Amino acid sequence: MKEFLLLFRTDYENIRQRNPEQAEVMMKKWMDWIGGIAAQNKLTTKGNRLQSSGRVVKSNNIVTNGPFTDIKETIGGYSIIKAGTYDEAVELAKGCPVLLTGGNVEVREIDVV
Amino acid sequence: MEQQELLPHLFRTEFSKITAVLCKLFGIEHIELAEDIASDTFLSALEVWSYKGVPANPIAWLYAVAKNKAKNLLARNQTFSKKIEPQLKRLSPGNEEIDIDLSEKNITDSQLQMLFAISHPSISAEAQIGLALRILCGFGIEEIANAFLTNKETINKRLYRAKEKLQQEKVEIEFPSEAEINNRLETVLTTLYLLFNEGYYSESQDVVLREDFCLEAMRLTYLLIENDQTDKPDVNALLALMCFHASRFPARKNENGELVLYNEQDESLWNTELITKGIFFLNKASQGNIISKYHLEASIAYWHTIKADTKEKWESILQLYNRLLQIEYSPVIALNRTYALSKANGKEEAIKEAEKLQLTNNHYYYTLLGELYKGTDNTKAKQHFEKAYALAKTQTDKQTIRKKIEEL
Repeated sequence: MKEFLLLFRTDYENIRQRNPEQAEVMMKKWMDWIGGIAAQNKLTTKGNRLQSSGRVVKSNNIVTNGPFTDIKETIGGYSIIKAGTYDEAVELAKGCPVLLTGGNVEVREIDVV
Repeated sequence: MEQQELLPHLFRTEFSKITAVLCKLFGIEHIELAEDIASDTFLSALEVWSYKGVPANPIAWLYAVAKNKAKNLLARNQTFSKKIEPQLKRLSPGNEEIDIDLSEKNITDSQLQMLFAISHPSISAEAQIGLALRILCGFGIEEIANAFLTNKETINKRLYRAKEKLQQEKVEIEFPSEAEINNRLETVLTTLYLLFNEGYYSESQDVVLREDFCLEAMRLTYLLIENDQTDKPDVNALLALMCFHASRFPARKNENGELVLYNEQDESLWNTELITKGIFFLNKASQGNIISKYHLEASIAYWHTIKADTKEKWESILQLYNRLLQIEYSPVIALNRTYALSKANGKEEAIKEAEKLQLTNNHYYYTLLGELYKGTDNTKAKQHFEKAYALAKTQTDKQTIRKKIEEL
């Protein structure tokens, strides 16, 4: 089994605009999706959400307010799952609720050191 | 109480207390000796009481005799008393007389310390439970063999090897330090959890015995709660869990000794006092911000004390399972989660989730699939139930599945 890092990219505006009911619905979808992966014994860690704030540290002591990619695709959170192949990992990622609101999931195989 | 019943009853309650105190005194290398003295004491009782009658205070009689036997041993056996002299001096400094303290406090302390000593990671879980049952709960070898569905020789071997290991590891019979206690407590709780499970799920036909295992597990957990150093949230959560499960004991078996499934149980038989106790301990456990797997399992068990099928119940249970799976995975938990999902999100979604599990050598897996297809595709349901039947090993399980097939 390999481990895969899942990076969830989303438009933070989306999240800010939700009302409490919508937030609750999304919360359930996330918990059910994570629970489903855990039920298959393929969850390493549920991970965390990330605040929308950030910093980018570059050489020459340059520090900017990040994240600095297109604001519509900021990393909103991460999880780590287990799978045999990229195809399997992708199948698991397809259930991610972030896809329902125009976001996307980056799937990266973790190197074994 | 009739004399016939009195001695076995006293054996159950007092053997372990005497053994625990003596074990603590002699050290773990001499567990056998402690057990022997305790056994001898009861043998004396059997002999003497049958012609002199039961004494006015039977327990005091037992304790007095046990003390004498221990003192005599120390007096007779110089080598032995020299060996344990440092230990004795340590426990009662400045005391010429060897004091065998059978006060309630020392009994409780000794039992707790034995509990920690026995729940040692160097011996297998089975051995831990076996030792707990024997030394801490006073069960006989035959009773233990019965519960584990094995024979006396196997149990004796298992206990012997476990004691050897504890001696090798030089395990001390004492309270772990403040720094160590959380670590050691984890193993202790696992032992108690397994002990309870043994009673709850054991295939042995002796229902009374199995209930006794559960009650013993609860008693020992309660000892931990009564002690300030070990009165922690997860211990309270574990006791809550045990209370909730034990509350259904009266309803779990019918007159024919067959297992009655939850859905068919007569809830008026559930022990409401135990449910109330469980709620008390769960509340106590929920103070602070630590959530252990016991908290989650106890919360799920709490919801099961309410028989009515509501959306709220099953949604709560589903989310609790979602969280539980993140801390601890097991096929049974995964299957239970899927069942809860079927109640909260509908059978269609549950079937998809179930099929992803692929627990193909587990009869519960096929039982679940059978349940999910029941009503919508009874042919498929039957196929799954039959696969479950083939995989099931115990009579109880096979019976349960057969019933499901007949009800289709």
